[in-house]
Amino acid sequence: MATTVAFTVNGRSVNVAVAYEDTPLLAVLRNELRLMGTRFGCGLEQCGCCTVLIDGKPEKSCMRPLSAVAGRNVVTVEGLGTPDRPHPLQQAFLEEQAGQCGYCLSGILISAKALLDRNPSPTRAEIARALDDNLCRCGTHNRIMRAIEKAAMRMRAGVRA
Amino acid sequence: MTAPLPGILADNPQLDRWVVFMTPGKVAISTGRVEFGQGVLTAMAQLAAEELDVAVERVAIRSGDTDGAPNEGYTAGSQSMQAGGIALRQACAEAKALFLARAASALGCPAAELTVRDGRVLRNGMPTAHDYWSLAAAVSLATDATGAAARKAAADYTIVGSNAPRLDLPAKIFGQPIFIHDMVLDGMAHARVVRQPNRGATLASIDEAALRRIARSPVEFVREGNFLAIVGDDETAVEAAASAASDHVIWRGAEPPRALQQEAAWLLQRPSVDRVIGAPQPQSPPRGRQVFEATYSRPHLAHASIGPSCGLALYRDGHLTVWTHCQGVYPLRAALSRTLGLDPQRISVRHVQGPGCYGHNGADDAATDAAIIALRRPGRPVRVRWRRQEEFAHEPVAPAMVVKVRAVLDEAGNPADWTAEIWSGTHQGRPGGGANLLAAEALPNPPPVPAPTDVPESAGGGATRNAEPLYDIPQKRIIHHLVPEVPRRTSSLRGLGAMPNIFALECAMDELAERAGRDPVEYRLARLADPRGRRVIERAADMANWRPEAPRGTGRGKGLGFAQYKNRAAYAAVIVEVEVEESVRLLRAWCAADAGLVVNPDALINQLEGGIIQSASWVLKEQVRFDNDAAGPIDWDSYPVLRFSEVPEIDVQLVDAGTDVPLGAGEATAGPAAAAIGNAASRALGIRIRDLPLTRERIMAELLRQ
Repeated sequence: MATTVAFTVNGRSVNVAVAYEDTPLLAVLRNELRLMGTRFGCGLEQCGCCTVLIDGKPEKSCMRPLSAVAGRNVVTVEGLGTPDRPHPLQQAFLEEQAGQCGYCLSGILISAKALLDRNPSPTRAEIARALDDNLCRCGTHNRIMRAIEKAAMRMRAGVRA
Repeated sequence: MTAPLPGILADNPQLDRWVVFMTPGKVAISTGRVEFGQGVLTAMAQLAAEELDVAVERVAIRSGDTDGAPNEGYTAGSQSMQAGGIALRQACAEAKALFLARAASALGCPAAELTVRDGRVLRNGMPTAHDYWSLAAAVSLATDATGAAARKAAADYTIVGSNAPRLDLPAKIFGQPIFIHDMVLDGMAHARVVRQPNRGATLASIDEAALRRIARSPVEFVREGNFLAIVGDDETAVEAAASAASDHVIWRGAEPPRALQQEAAWLLQRPSVDRVIGAPQPQSPPRGRQVFEATYSRPHLAHASIGPSCGLALYRDGHLTVWTHCQGVYPLRAALSRTLGLDPQRISVRHVQGPGCYGHNGADDAATDAAIIALRRPGRPVRVRWRRQEEFAHEPVAPAMVVKVRAVLDEAGNPADWTAEIWSGTHQGRPGGGANLLAAEALPNPPPVPAPTDVPESAGGGATRNAEPLYDIPQKRIIHHLVPEVPRRTSSLRGLGAMPNIFALECAMDELAERAGRDPVEYRLARLADPRGRRVIERAADMANWRPEAPRGTGRGKGLGFAQYKNRAAYAAVIVEVEVEESVRLLRAWCAADAGLVVNPDALINQLEGGIIQSASWVLKEQVRFDNDAAGPIDWDSYPVLRFSEVPEIDVQLVDAGTDVPLGAGEATAGPAAAAIGNAASRALGIRIRDLPLTRERIMAELLRQ
């Protein structure tokens, strides 16, 4: 059924009209709101490329019906920071050159943000566990974990986006 | 003095194909090499900036475009720096020489008095009124390279060898729309292809009404022979119909591969095209000599790119434009021309970044899908995005390989005669070799499928890559059995045959060392004259604190693997420490590599480390299985890869060889890492497992058997 769903994306209130309320959130983000940072990887909730924050929790968006985010607060990678005002995670990823093809990075940055929000001082093992739902095929894992440690250290010292 | 031109520059000699000074303050560089996360464009910008003496920020790069960028074939085989980089470097040196000659005549002084600093011409170190951009109108680069211009001496390099930040990374870290999947063209339609379940399957019937009901929004069907696509404005509707297609489309002759065919040993029973490379086969079996024989194998592997393949196409005013993340825009154009019956002059192919591919995956095929659909819908751009299931089931896979090593030992127990006997499907399924595009086989009157060949040894070899030991062994030969009929389309995956061959060769070296009661490091060094090879092995052993007396079978162990990629590119030695109970856990890894002249050390280390991790995933987890009644895996559950918690810390060091010749390195660590894990697992377990992957099931079965 054609319907309108109201929710918040990156601090902005949106009303999205879709033909069917079970349209996946990922399709709405990419095709309706043109927020292309959240990537399509598998459509099966297996790879983590499409991870976004919903009310602060990391969730896959590829199978989540739009109706499930009505009235909720969604944050995508575009909501973390910008080249002019990078989030400490993004700044650390740039400094550590933590990426190869980069297709997985949006989801990983979001998972990392959720981790640091609930645990400001994660160990390396805790970081790895928090990212186990995010696949990286290029083998950039260690740089990514180093960057997250670096960002965590700065955020503990009070650095913000 | 005129030096011979680098091969690719000789093929594309006109300088303005490589470098143009059109926009004030900017240098426009073109390269046929394309970015897929390996950092190649940053390295190219560094090479150009160095040779031209401009800041790297001034360099803007055009890459992979049949409407202008040089034709460099494929971005593959760790050839970008070794071949493409030196061509660009020479083109820039030639351009700079022409500018300095022009400035010298304007200033009435010898060119030898002139230098360039960030694009400005200096005379005896003092500023002049000239720079590249003020001189550009008077200097024609529509002229061919001659080889006369001297390149900068490596000792004077300031940009090459520095860790310039990757140009492609910021967009990826800020989630910008830079991937082909993010491209939106005005009036664009979305499409999915309903694939033949298997090669040769014919489309019997389709229940369009049912699929339209499932789509809910309007969709159209494009059908050409056995090629079927669903097209519409609403991507979600198209996706829904495509997901349901298997229930509403009936195929005939759809026989999936059999589970038996997923084992590499299946190859041994198949007809093959055989040849011998190297020393002639001995006429009679050696008398009184000890013979070591062991057979190693690796199954089919998927590229398993993190994002599925995607292609865009627009057919307008008789011209077809295709956007693709494939590795070679010119070869794809040629293949599209043959498949679609269009003159190549009426096709433009442009590269757009995609997810990492690690070889020939579905990218060319997705572009072809889009082109076929676009031709039937003139004026309307179309984007095809493969589904995850489609990528796993239909991309070309790396062929399974069996490698039998036979070493005849001399009286002292040293290998005197070495044979590597290899069974493999082709590693050369790229579209450049024939039509060889997935959708082409589905079209009416499909072009004949070319008889498979393999990559020739002159290009580094396919199944034979790295089969010849670099070690000093008096007689060496390779017996290559190319198996033409295999259960899946096979093609190139990072390193081609190098990984299975180095796994076999380097595991065999450990087995020989063990028989001789010698330490694996010492045993290798005793028969390796090449000083660069020796140096990386010694460095890696140092880094890992290698101890010759380490016991076997304690559940924990270190192993070494070494190779010079293709026996002519970068050298790498990898040591891995593992712990094995029921499955293998990676504890640490160390790597020493010599890649000759290194343009960007940090980017290279990223590649070397990535190669180790990807190889670890292949070795411990990966196999394209056919035991699920499908043409292969369908998702990340049926094709698991290494996860964050399973990745060891890795220490990589570059060994400086003091040379200005770069050696291809992007694929250099995968083989050594595979062998290192195999050898470490053997040391930890006290038994040798020669078939990959080293899964828990395999280890348990081997332990029970012994």
